[in-house]
Amino acid sequence: MEKTVNQKAWFLVLPVLVLVAFSAIIPLMTVVNYSVQDSFGQNNFFWAGLVWFEDLLHSPRMWNALGRQVVFSSIILAIEVPLGIFIALNMPKKGLWATVCLVLMSLPLLIPWNVVGTIWQVFARVDIGLLGYTLDSLGVDYNYTQGFYAAWTTLIVMDVWHWTSLVALLAYAGLQSIPDAYYQAARIDQASRWKIFRYIELPKMSGVLTIAILLRFMDSFKIYTEPFVVTGGGPGNATTFLSIDLVKMALGQFDLGNAAAFSIIYFLVILAVSWVFYTVMTNLDKKDGV
Amino acid sequence: MAKITLDNLAHSYLPNPQGEEDYALKELNHVWEDGQAYALLGSSGCGKSTLLNIISGLLQPSQGRILFNDRDVTHAPTTERNIAQVFQFPVVYDTMTVRDNLAFPLRNRGASESFVAEQVQKIARMIAMEDVLNRKARGLTADAKQKISLGRGMVREDVNALLFDEPLTVIDPHMKWELRTQLKSLHHEFGHTMIYVTHDQTEALTFADKVVVMYEGRVVQIGTPEELFERPEHTFVGYFIGSPGMNVLPAQIEGSIARVDGHEVPLDTGYDALSGKAAIGIRPEFVRLNSDGRGLPITIRRIEDVGRHKIVRADFDGQEINIIASEGAEIGTNDTHVAFDAAHVNVYENDWRVAPSGRQPGSKGEAA
Repeated sequence: MEKTVNQKAWFLVLPVLVLVAFSAIIPLMTVVNYSVQDSFGQNNFFWAGLVWFEDLLHSPRMWNALGRQVVFSSIILAIEVPLGIFIALNMPKKGLWATVCLVLMSLPLLIPWNVVGTIWQVFARVDIGLLGYTLDSLGVDYNYTQGFYAAWTTLIVMDVWHWTSLVALLAYAGLQSIPDAYYQAARIDQASRWKIFRYIELPKMSGVLTIAILLRFMDSFKIYTEPFVVTGGGPGNATTFLSIDLVKMALGQFDLGNAAAFSIIYFLVILAVSWVFYTVMTNLDKKDGV
Repeated sequence: MAKITLDNLAHSYLPNPQGEEDYALKELNHVWEDGQAYALLGSSGCGKSTLLNIISGLLQPSQGRILFNDRDVTHAPTTERNIAQVFQFPVVYDTMTVRDNLAFPLRNRGASESFVAEQVQKIARMIAMEDVLNRKARGLTADAKQKISLGRGMVREDVNALLFDEPLTVIDPHMKWELRTQLKSLHHEFGHTMIYVTHDQTEALTFADKVVVMYEGRVVQIGTPEELFERPEHTFVGYFIGSPGMNVLPAQIEGSIARVDGHEVPLDTGYDALSGKAAIGIRPEFVRLNSDGRGLPITIRRIEDVGRHKIVRADFDGQEINIIASEGAEIGTNDTHVAFDAAHVNVYENDWRVAPSGRQPGSKGEAA
């Protein structure tokens, strides 16, 4: 096809460029700016090159936080995705109960992060919290401010409570888009329940599941508010995830250069993982077509 | 392969059907003979698919029984009935290859791999998809997907019946012919009981030994294509089959004379007095234009030349009368009247055909 050359077309791209510049590029560049300089206060900055990055890559503190973060996100995904699918499969397809389920499911999604944190912080307290007190009186050694496993379990259960609905609702939407004829044909073909799931439901859900997994990965990888409210990163550093560590570094210690380098690496990790994940999922789709 | 008996069958989608109008499928008694090819013909929403889904067990009827070879299967699940059904819109398993798609119903029933391979090859040849057997079904055209669905329906040879729910709607015309021919030859080869739902009269008449015409949830006539043409048992059959459909004119019947708007139309036999809404029905093929003033006065509105013959659209006192004239016929302004071939005039009372006095009604008893 003949291409039309019209340089004025650039003007049409301009609004987007301006928008992206203000919303993403300029803020990101200020971070980049900090990451290559050092400051001793009074707004004096000195060129530092890549020193902060080198420091960070050799800092066990960053690697530990990253490790905790990866473990946390993996556990979250491993629980929420199958659980969400399971819930979606068992939700009523239509009628009053479908509506009731949908409303109940979306409730946790509507609660602000810090409120969720506060709810669980109180709920899990051994002295006054319903959960903590019950567990304690049953003889379970549970105290999320002291125990490593108790803290992790609390955070994971809280996240599952908060976000499984998202996966379930997306999966439910995917299931709803399957025409009845598919299920009828499967009955005619004498397909087992597992085969119906494997060959009809799962393929039809794969699109929304990709989105669900991506969203859950990104959000859980960036998690800050809830653990900050519940455990504050403790006990010790047990639940100090990347963003908690980052805030400690940037605002607690006012280590701007270090924190900026940290931010950039953090950002690149999320970008890279999301990109790899997305490419793999969409390529799987394409490969099927050939 | 089986004889399928519908005993007192009816279905309503409402939990508590009140009157007859609440039934999507009105009470029906019918035997689908073993090894026959039937077409189920009717306009959209007349209950064709409902009936089909009841036979295959996808739907539980509100009343009545279904018997396969005298075994009651009314409450048996689909899998127990061993039925193949092809739906209007293609259903393929996207992530499987074409081969696995075709093999799916066989493997689910635990067939041996060598048998599966043999059957799949045979079906693939039939639907002309041998060269794409190893490709994934995703991304194929709607045509190809529907051919796979058809193939999956035909791959089992031991089925009790093969049901088709408007399977060729999405297929292009050339392929339609070919697939229909394949279906017929398959029928000849294996002698399955086949029920083919369609709203296309050509499809129905060419496919089936017997055509079942449905109208508003009721079976109005079951017969050979010839019977449907010659003696439509219900005015709907007259309208629906034939192109254009039968002319229906309100009339008073007096013995062997029908009086249409004061004009006399001779009938070839006598009829008893009718109490309901009476009408006569005559196919356009048996209407003749004339210039001698015989029959009903008309004015010609339009002549459509369809190549093989001419369709004359005429107006009789505000009602349309269609006439089929031969291709060579000269039609002029002096053609002011139409006469009917008395042997082909049918008499209707409340839309149902009445038999001449002293004769038994044709197949009406079975249909109603």
